[in-house]
Amino acid sequence: MSAGDVVIIAGGGANIASLQFALERLGANSQVSADPERIRNASHVILPGVGAAADAMSRLCQRNLDTLLPALKQPVLGICLGMQLLFEASEEGPANCLGIIPGLATRFAAAAGLPVPHMGWNTLSIDRPSALLEDISPGDYAYFVHSYALSTGAATIASSRYGEPFSACVQQGNFYGVQFHPERSAKVGARLLRNFLQL
Amino acid sequence: MRDGQVVKGVRFRDHRVVGDILDLAARYRDDGADELVFYDISASPEGRSVDRTWVSRVARTLDIPFCVAGGIRSIAEAEEVLAAGAEKISVNSPALENPSLIDDLSRRFGSQCVVVGIDSQNIGDTYLVQQFTGDVRRTRNTARSTLEWVREVQARGAGEIVLNCMASDGVRAGYDIVQLRAVRAICQVPLVASGGAGAFQHFAEVFQSAQVDAALAAGVFHSGEITIPDLRRELRVLGIEVRP
Repeated sequence: MSAGDVVIIAGGGANIASLQFALERLGANSQVSADPERIRNASHVILPGVGAAADAMSRLCQRNLDTLLPALKQPVLGICLGMQLLFEASEEGPANCLGIIPGLATRFAAAAGLPVPHMGWNTLSIDRPSALLEDISPGDYAYFVHSYALSTGAATIASSRYGEPFSACVQQGNFYGVQFHPERSAKVGARLLRNFLQL
Repeated sequence: MRDGQVVKGVRFRDHRVVGDILDLAARYRDDGADELVFYDISASPEGRSVDRTWVSRVARTLDIPFCVAGGIRSIAEAEEVLAAGAEKISVNSPALENPSLIDDLSRRFGSQCVVVGIDSQNIGDTYLVQQFTGDVRRTRNTARSTLEWVREVQARGAGEIVLNCMASDGVRAGYDIVQLRAVRAICQVPLVASGGAGAFQHFAEVFQSAQVDAALAAGVFHSGEITIPDLRRELRVLGIEVRP
């Protein structure tokens, strides 16, 4: 395992501390940076995200990270909004995203008994095997907080259901994304982060 | 919380120290709590915002979501609390003073991390919002109807509402099902019931009869009278979906 050099991309997201603490509990140090050179040389890159897609994209574009990120070869993990940014676009804003994985993030339709945002613990289904999901089982719970989601598709490795099924975890090559918050998903989340660091 | 310790009162009075913040946070984490809420109850009455030094210590300890409340009056104060590792912030008295705070917070951080806490008291046949409930000498009735306020905070961008039914608080005779049902009927965002849990059956009842999204309890857990693993087991038997 060569997770000696984890870089969390700085983007004004407010919940970076909890992610860093989660990595710390796994014995991994991380640095928060928006410096292209630091990001390029990282062993693992994490794209977190809290806030709106358009804001987050404009911050990435200011640093030219919108061209750097799709070219990365090391494991990259997008979390929550960070996962949505890996796709082509989001209805939120609307915003053009990084375009690494085909798909559009759409807003959950509010329905009786299904308040938006989707907030809380929900179960995972495993759609296809991935090293990211090692020792994570169907029915395991993860903690979600989001109003927009990606429907299931070719990149989906785990899904969840809120009215309709949606992508809970995705993978395309070295790009991974999780819609839930592993840093706040107790043992299941810690396992997923450990799996990512071992990639 | 008050002065670095966890405290619990009865009907928002006579608070007693029940333990150290970090000890209790670790205990509830290990017991499998779904979420923890920290109220710095003396912050608003004392005109200050929540003490940040413990927020990051708690964030280091916890691997579950946690929400922090206490006199958060501005974007800058909210930012500090979130940067220290809190998942959500909850506003109560400051939102009553300045309702547009809810709009500002939800625009800046997204409604998913903006919780509005409402302390509600039965006055005659209506429900009224109370302010400064952390200090009994300063607690006062607002002229706001609870149901009106529930509508307004949603329109302003609240992502979750915690309804503290004050008459039930600390009494352990069950949640205020009637009031929670009335609020549920007009609440499209997640609704958390608070105040009155004393027995397994109370939790089951509030999920089944008031369709709340979550039930908050403090006293029965602090005293050890109900443990979270036992509660999960009981709820599962009653057919309520709970995390293993």
